[in-house]
Amino acid sequence: MDKLVLYLTFPFVRYALIVGILIALCSSLLGVTLVLKRFSFIGDGLSHVAFGAMAIAAVLQLTNEMVIVLPVTVISAVLLLRTGQNAKIKGDAAIAMISVGALAFGYLIMNVFSTSSNLSGDVCSTLFGSTSILTLTPGEVWLCTALSVAVMLIFILFYNKIFAVTFDEDFARATGTKADSYNLMIAVVIAVIIVLAMNLVGSLLISALVIFPALSAMRIFNTFRAVTVCSAILSVICALGGIIISILAGTPVGSTIVAVDVAAFVICYITGIAVKGAGR
Amino acid sequence: MAYITVRDLSLGYDSQVIVSGLNFQVDKGDYLCIVGENGSGKTTLMKTLLHLKQPLGGQIQNGEGLRPNEIGYLPQQTDVQKDFPASVREIVLSGCQNRCGLRPFYSKEEKTLAAKNMERMKINELSGRCYRELSGGQQQRVLLARALCATRKVLLLDEPVAGLDPVVTTQMYELITELNKEGITIIMISHDIAAAVKYVSHILHIGDTLFFGTTAEYLESDAGRMFFALQKGGEYCNG
Repeated sequence: MDKLVLYLTFPFVRYALIVGILIALCSSLLGVTLVLKRFSFIGDGLSHVAFGAMAIAAVLQLTNEMVIVLPVTVISAVLLLRTGQNAKIKGDAAIAMISVGALAFGYLIMNVFSTSSNLSGDVCSTLFGSTSILTLTPGEVWLCTALSVAVMLIFILFYNKIFAVTFDEDFARATGTKADSYNLMIAVVIAVIIVLAMNLVGSLLISALVIFPALSAMRIFNTFRAVTVCSAILSVICALGGIIISILAGTPVGSTIVAVDVAAFVICYITGIAVKGAGR
Repeated sequence: MAYITVRDLSLGYDSQVIVSGLNFQVDKGDYLCIVGENGSGKTTLMKTLLHLKQPLGGQIQNGEGLRPNEIGYLPQQTDVQKDFPASVREIVLSGCQNRCGLRPFYSKEEKTLAAKNMERMKINELSGRCYRELSGGQQQRVLLARALCATRKVLLLDEPVAGLDPVVTTQMYELITELNKEGITIIMISHDIAAAVKYVSHILHIGDTLFFGTTAEYLESDAGRMFFALQKGGEYCNG
């Protein structure tokens, strides 16, 4: 406990906690929609795209990587959700194609034009987010906070529309809801969340942050609102727990958080079965 | 001027035409059943009427102040919906979405409307229950209540009794007939021609031969007699 209090006096630990909680909250909100729309994999695909963009940014030696990473990821998200509807290459194949393509090119670019002496360390920290969460500058924390608040506001304001579009897109469209615009909005928001979450867990583990809380909540609750609220709370608790454990035990932040998420899922799964069994 | 007037409509995928030269109209208070073999383009026609698909040719005109988004729709169930965690109330309320425009939350009025429609479909005691735990007939009622929130004028039903047992099927038809008597215009796709002719006022047959007219006219027509005999034969074989 003393160790924890001591660590909390360091600003970089406080930053990590603030940013971690905000990112966990945002990523869980749209997780429910993604899982239900059968787009769980899109997080994975986009995160690899973000990795590729990050590699380009590193080679160009940009001080602020966001300038490239954010637009590239947003554009890919829009393209992926677009093609999901009526393309020659079906959604899952398109995602797989883009994601491995971006991953390969990202590593290739980093390798060929490398400026750093510790290449594998750079790649590893981008993929697994090992230390970047602990090296945030105040500027990055503000940017992260602003984007998170924007994501949450959008989600709350469009909650009912997101529900309508997720449950039955055809019905929503037929009765005059602009489903295409909302799908586009969902895509953009997801891209923003993924770029944010790269700092926390790295690009390989982002999908876990998006889908685990939603899947866990769906084991236990039966209404859309309860599932959304539960997955948000669960995600925050897991992120908080993961960060604290990683600080105390000296484990990598990203994978610790995901491990806690997995543990939470197992608990929810068993609880769900127990509750249903008791109900019968 | 009718609610919906269809002139020389062609339907299909990409550029492959399935049906062409389709002409019919739907007046206020009609109860129209669309019949035809599998793959004859019934669902495509319905999606075109809902403006979800563009017709390959011809035109669809809405009249008598019917706006394109005032058509309620009962779709066939999708995979997504089968394990969707949502309560009955949430789903019915989502039918009011087209009244909201950009307003983010539902008004009191819309909540009352949703409650009224749940009562109308006799599902008010299910309102807190989860959709995925309901029986097939109950799920159809929920989706019907949602469609009623979206419209007071026209309902499009895509195979409303698919997968329901005989007792529930009869209840469903009676419920739909009830709505029609209350003044809602109904357009329904059905395989079940024998049941359809008992309830509906007009029939549109699409396929190799096209037919549009009242139910009595249909039973006299060649297309009707043949289709009816085929279906009867099918039932005879199955049973």
